[in-house]
Amino acid sequence: MPAVAETIDTVRDVTQGTYKWGFESDVEQDIIPKGLDEDVVRLISGKKQEPQWLLDWRLKAFKAWQSMEVPHWAAVSYPPIDFQEASYYAAPKQTVAPKSLDEIDPELLRTYEKLGIPLKEQERLAGVAVDAVFDSVSVATTFKDKLAAVGVIFCSFSEAVHNHPELVRKYLGSVVPAGDNFYAALNSAVFSDGSFVYIPKGVRCPMELSTYFRINARNTGQFERTLIIAEEGASVSYLEGCTAPMRDENQLHAAVVELVALDEASIKYSTVQNWYPGDAEGRGGIYNFVTKRGACRGVRSKISWTQVETGSAITWKYPSCILQGDGSVGEFYSVAITNNYQQADTGTKMIHLGRDTKSTIVSKGISAGHGQNTYRGLVRIMPKAHNARNFTQCDSLLIGNQCGAHTVPYIESRNPTAKVEHEATTSRIAEDQLFYCRQRGLSEEEAVGLIVNGFCREVLAVLPMEFAVEAQKLLAISLEGSVG
Amino acid sequence: MASSSRQPEMAVPVMDGAVREMGGAPMPLVHPSVAAMLELRRAEEGPEWLATLRDRAAEAFARLGFPTRRNEAWHYTDLRSLAELRFAAPERGGAARLPDGVADAGAPRLVFVDGAFRPDLSDLDSLPDGVRVESLSSLLAMGGGEGRLGALADAESGTFVALNTMLADDGAVITCTAAPEAAARLHLVSVGRGGGERPVAFHPRHLIHIAEGAELTLFDSALGEGAYLNNTVAEITLGKAARMTHVRLQAEAATGFQVSTVFAHVAEEAEYDSFVLATGARLARNEVHATLAGPKAVAHLNGAQLGDGARHVDTTTVLTHAAPNCASRQTFKSVLSGASRAVFQGKIHVHQVAQKTDGYQMNQALLLSPTAEIDAKPQLEIYADDVKCSHGATVGELDADQLFYLRSRGLPLAEARAMLIEAFLADALEAVRDETLRAALAAATAAWWARAHAEAGA
Repeated sequence: MPAVAETIDTVRDVTQGTYKWGFESDVEQDIIPKGLDEDVVRLISGKKQEPQWLLDWRLKAFKAWQSMEVPHWAAVSYPPIDFQEASYYAAPKQTVAPKSLDEIDPELLRTYEKLGIPLKEQERLAGVAVDAVFDSVSVATTFKDKLAAVGVIFCSFSEAVHNHPELVRKYLGSVVPAGDNFYAALNSAVFSDGSFVYIPKGVRCPMELSTYFRINARNTGQFERTLIIAEEGASVSYLEGCTAPMRDENQLHAAVVELVALDEASIKYSTVQNWYPGDAEGRGGIYNFVTKRGACRGVRSKISWTQVETGSAITWKYPSCILQGDGSVGEFYSVAITNNYQQADTGTKMIHLGRDTKSTIVSKGISAGHGQNTYRGLVRIMPKAHNARNFTQCDSLLIGNQCGAHTVPYIESRNPTAKVEHEATTSRIAEDQLFYCRQRGLSEEEAVGLIVNGFCREVLAVLPMEFAVEAQKLLAISLEGSVG
Repeated sequence: MASSSRQPEMAVPVMDGAVREMGGAPMPLVHPSVAAMLELRRAEEGPEWLATLRDRAAEAFARLGFPTRRNEAWHYTDLRSLAELRFAAPERGGAARLPDGVADAGAPRLVFVDGAFRPDLSDLDSLPDGVRVESLSSLLAMGGGEGRLGALADAESGTFVALNTMLADDGAVITCTAAPEAAARLHLVSVGRGGGERPVAFHPRHLIHIAEGAELTLFDSALGEGAYLNNTVAEITLGKAARMTHVRLQAEAATGFQVSTVFAHVAEEAEYDSFVLATGARLARNEVHATLAGPKAVAHLNGAQLGDGARHVDTTTVLTHAAPNCASRQTFKSVLSGASRAVFQGKIHVHQVAQKTDGYQMNQALLLSPTAEIDAKPQLEIYADDVKCSHGATVGELDADQLFYLRSRGLPLAEARAMLIEAFLADALEAVRDETLRAALAAATAAWWARAHAEAGA
């Protein structure tokens, strides 16, 4: 970007401040009435014309959910959620399914353009294939043809249910069972759409795949499900981005992501989570209660999670790896920022089952304002995981004296040949670093941005390029007003 | 912020689901053993404040019951083996002798048998000036103890503190005003006697106060035979610039249970320096709550836990920085053979006022057998920004390169292993500055190693 444009952009960012993705789109919506019971589950399933087995699966999940209690162990506090006060299905109204992008509501396309994902342009630029999820349904998937040529299936979850039921049935709930936890069970009962990816044997996905999630409607929750399967020797890089309008009330986002990597397959899953974080007084914002888990089923398979968490009023997520195949590798790279009254309780779980399994955890937490940031992670070495290795590095940075940074790692080892190393530090931005930057003419805010970017570099370095640029800007914007 | 005041209830396996193969069946809400413990309570003859304290503790104990693994603070320590037992109150008096294994600490000795002070076995002739010692039972009998008993240990804080508060009838009450030059030392010995029809449970309560500028070295050793529960609570207050070196040796009977909870309140410029060596008991939990309450206070919590057989050892520390410019250091090592299991949970909690905190914690575990297990949860909870806090944890077996080096020098594998383990333990004991006490701990370590070694050889 030329210097002038960059400056104008920066000035606009600073003056408009805060959350520039907070607009609301005026799209005609099909929303079902508030409330949640078995009939709602049937209604959602019916709207999507699902097969009986899927409805049964949903109902089983719903039953499990009803007997479950809201988890309270995370270091986050919020008033009890009334699950009957939300609507569990909202979809942009469209009578006939769109055949191409031209048939999609132009208002919807404009929304995505504002978000920086011009689907139409993207189709032309040889770039990233995007599946965009608007509230509950997937509205467009670009580059389908090109992907189909190599046998890659990239479509909305609903399409996958209709076109590839055998795959969905085989893998759905195989990593995150329907009754896994409170929010996963809720998702399993009422999920409306999401993305589905299947990479056939030996195929390296020719482009990065991406999903953009957007919550638009009021009083709704978003419950999408992502399922990615990489067959033997396949590899894929998947990007996920999210935004939502600014509202005073809190909205619930309870997603489930399941990854399956077979022999020597590799899946890289990157997230830039920028849901509306609430205002400076802590009003509004998204409750982001997400279950993400990957199973390294095959030998020498690899799953890598990278996340930049800047949004949401409350974040509760632990992207995990079950390292089942011998020699499989799990990675978790995370940057989580909490500013104002945001709360984040996030981390990972690495379950080592197979021999010679290896995991790396790098977590960078930044707290500013009244933010509370917790790393919570588990490294578990099971008795058969000979020669397993884990290295964990958790660093926390505190900006201001009203915030908190917490580290809660759990280390469990039942194999003497395994080696586990964990390191954690907490500190604030050093005065001398700030002084050095200020003396070079940077404003305090710019200096903090620079130092924070440096603090996060190990994580930013593993992000796909498109995301890395966005993430760096997001870091700076998220910390606005936290100094001086 | 909810987490500042209470522990989250739920533990890892249910974090967002995942593997639950370790979950145990939940215990019934009102456990018969809780009722059995409640029955042990005798009618209170003491003053009203004491009756109120005991009532509240009984109420808390009945409500809390024995913690299950669903209780976050007890997630890794399963108490079912303890809760199954119907404990009886120990018989007081009777003939007793000091067991052979009591180390000579070169200090006046207070002996407790089944938690009761035994002047006949104690040796208080050479009590240094400035050290006053009495038993809790005599203090209570004279109507004293108000405001001191329970000053730090809140019955609401947990089952075992509640149980102790409800039933504690004896313990050591120590007041030290001795200047550092006096090099005051004391040795506290606890002897557990099981072997009766029913296992006994005793609940000593020690109240220790080190006055402003005073200094005391306390050696605290526990041993015994048969099946019993030693549920000790110690309340320790250090005045301004006071110092206490607290060296503990837990060598309880292999069939015994020990739950020990220490509360240390460290005032301005004072220093609490503690080392715990755990080599005994079927199941042992050592819980330390140290609060740095005044500026420039210092706490050292160090220790080593050695496991063999099917023993379970648990060290849980909560180090609270409640004032600015304080420093804390924690180093814990675990060495585990057989099917033993060790737990280390260490939390550094930094309050918002505690700027310029310097907190460090290291926890290392050596697994010597394929059936041993270590569970570690080092934890930082920080609400102040100008702090330097870190923790580290490592788990593994003996270093292959080091073993290779020794073997290349002609040492047989077993000898090379023994040498490296000895070095690992010697390193841990370095933290004990008192040479006499370090030698006593080294002897206990050697005794453990002989056991573990035999086990490995078998």
